[in-house]
Amino acid sequence: MWKFTVRRSLIMIPQLIVLSILIFVLAQLMPGDALSGQVGPDVDPERLEEIREEMGWNDPWHEQYARWMGGVLKGDFGESFRFKMPVTELIEERIANTFWLSVVTLILTYIIAIPLGITSGRYNDTWKDQLITGYTYVGFATPLFIFALVMLWLFGYKLGWFPTSGSVTPGVSPGTFEYFMSKLYHLLLPALSMALITTFSTIQYLRNEIVDTKQKDFILTARAKGASESRVYNRHILRNSLLPIAAFFGFEITGLIGGSIFVENIFGYPGMGQLLVESITLRDYTVLTATTLLFGVASILGALISDIILSLVDPRIRIK
Amino acid sequence: MENNQTKTDEVKPKAPMKSPSGISIIWRELVRDKVALLSLIFLVLIVVFVYGVSLILDQEEIVKVDLFSIHEPPSDEFLLGTDYGGRDIFGQLIIGTRNSLSIGILVTIMTGLIGIAYGLIAGYFGGHIDNIMMRILDFFLILPFTMIVIAFVAIVPKYSVLTFSLIMTAFLWMGIARLIRSKALQEKELDYIQASKTLGSSNFKIIFTQLLPNCSSLIIVTMTLNLAANIGLESGLSFLGFGFPESTPSLGTLLSYATNPQTLEFRWWIWVPASILILLLMLSINNVGQALKRATDARQRRG
Repeated sequence: MWKFTVRRSLIMIPQLIVLSILIFVLAQLMPGDALSGQVGPDVDPERLEEIREEMGWNDPWHEQYARWMGGVLKGDFGESFRFKMPVTELIEERIANTFWLSVVTLILTYIIAIPLGITSGRYNDTWKDQLITGYTYVGFATPLFIFALVMLWLFGYKLGWFPTSGSVTPGVSPGTFEYFMSKLYHLLLPALSMALITTFSTIQYLRNEIVDTKQKDFILTARAKGASESRVYNRHILRNSLLPIAAFFGFEITGLIGGSIFVENIFGYPGMGQLLVESITLRDYTVLTATTLLFGVASILGALISDIILSLVDPRIRIK
Repeated sequence: MENNQTKTDEVKPKAPMKSPSGISIIWRELVRDKVALLSLIFLVLIVVFVYGVSLILDQEEIVKVDLFSIHEPPSDEFLLGTDYGGRDIFGQLIIGTRNSLSIGILVTIMTGLIGIAYGLIAGYFGGHIDNIMMRILDFFLILPFTMIVIAFVAIVPKYSVLTFSLIMTAFLWMGIARLIRSKALQEKELDYIQASKTLGSSNFKIIFTQLLPNCSSLIIVTMTLNLAANIGLESGLSFLGFGFPESTPSLGTLLSYATNPQTLEFRWWIWVPASILILLLMLSINNVGQALKRATDARQRRG
């Protein structure tokens, strides 16, 4: 067990290095820099060149990379040119917002997926199953951003049940119960939109697992010993079918990152996905490299978590 | 021993029966599955209509700004109203569907070519080659697609439809490569490959004239399903503003007007038709893909 975990974690190191170089080189290749947009009659181009020299932007790329990486390891992502504040400070609140959005989305995804998957697997090929399979089918074909737009239009504008932008009502002081409720209220609609669409794969997977497990010999044994139907399902089948679902937990993270970019932009939710798009439009490279790096690290960690859970569940993977 | 002999004699058919050809199996499956058949008819109609009409329509004419007819609701002159630049939505919808379909097909073919070649080589040779190739693939698979494509789109200096599809291709070939590789791993152990090797066929010949045709059903199904996904991805990226530029309308650029709350709330004619069209396109391509998938697996066939 430990051997596998250590070996799997070691693979992560070259992945992280390649990722950080890739992101850094990408940012270097982008046309223009944060200063090139500020050329005007009252700005002296020579002064701009001086600033560039001072900031070390004219140094060879590997020196800049080493400097950047050194800072990142100490938790310092540099200074944002557009927001005029340290990037670490800027993303602190954003990360918290995106984190809570992801947590609520995951909870909702499992709340929807587990009962539906169980019903669909237990009563397979009945009208209930067909209804649920139909839902997963449409969910599979619907792009997240269209669904999110429709949800925003319906519940945000037409019915007015939910706020249409922001992450908290202005003027509410942090730490109070009211503040917490306001936060939850703001992220409920984006999270629900994301969960309703991304849940289809979990439902389908759980259904197929249950249909498979149902026909195994140990279930026959349990029935032969006189276990009640609910006991067979809740104790024997469910326990065996839920483990693989747990293993996919890590991979959900990569999906959430892609989703949060769309959902945060549509719902005007100030998180990392919105910051990523903003930083590209504004050519704010320090912010851009920080957000992409953090997103990349999150998905690498997600894959690691999944592999470790999988190895716990399925010993064959460990031996390989 | 005696028994076995008589058994095989009995099973042997008197006259060799011709097994149905691949196309006739697919056709039977489609006719049986009414939804898939309707989807196919719908797709053919859309493709013929969109490509036919866009021969007459002039893209330059449609994307020209007309300040006298901004945000007009649907009328006789503008079937589906106009956008904030006074441009006809109906015309944009047709050109946009054509552009979205074209890039979807282009990306699907390019990812298919790369993925098939990569998967076949990794699966056929196995061992160290497979190991190294799979580690590279794993790395690509980990990268969050939307994020990395947005970053690439922002750095390309001469941005065009071609570079956009190349960027998408660069980060989308892994899925099909992995499928083909596992199929090739199974397939290469079979007798016909071993026999061909013994007869002295070159690896190149075995891979492309013997292994490839035997993976064709998997390839057709995967590429059909990928087409639907790629159309969705393109419209998603265009929606965020990192796909097609506004001068080249696509279904995604039409939807991106809905980021303006006024448009989302009051001007349904701009974004609703495009959303419905994307949904219908993706659903029907998926339906056809699922029917193809069943046709390739004898246990699941309905026809």
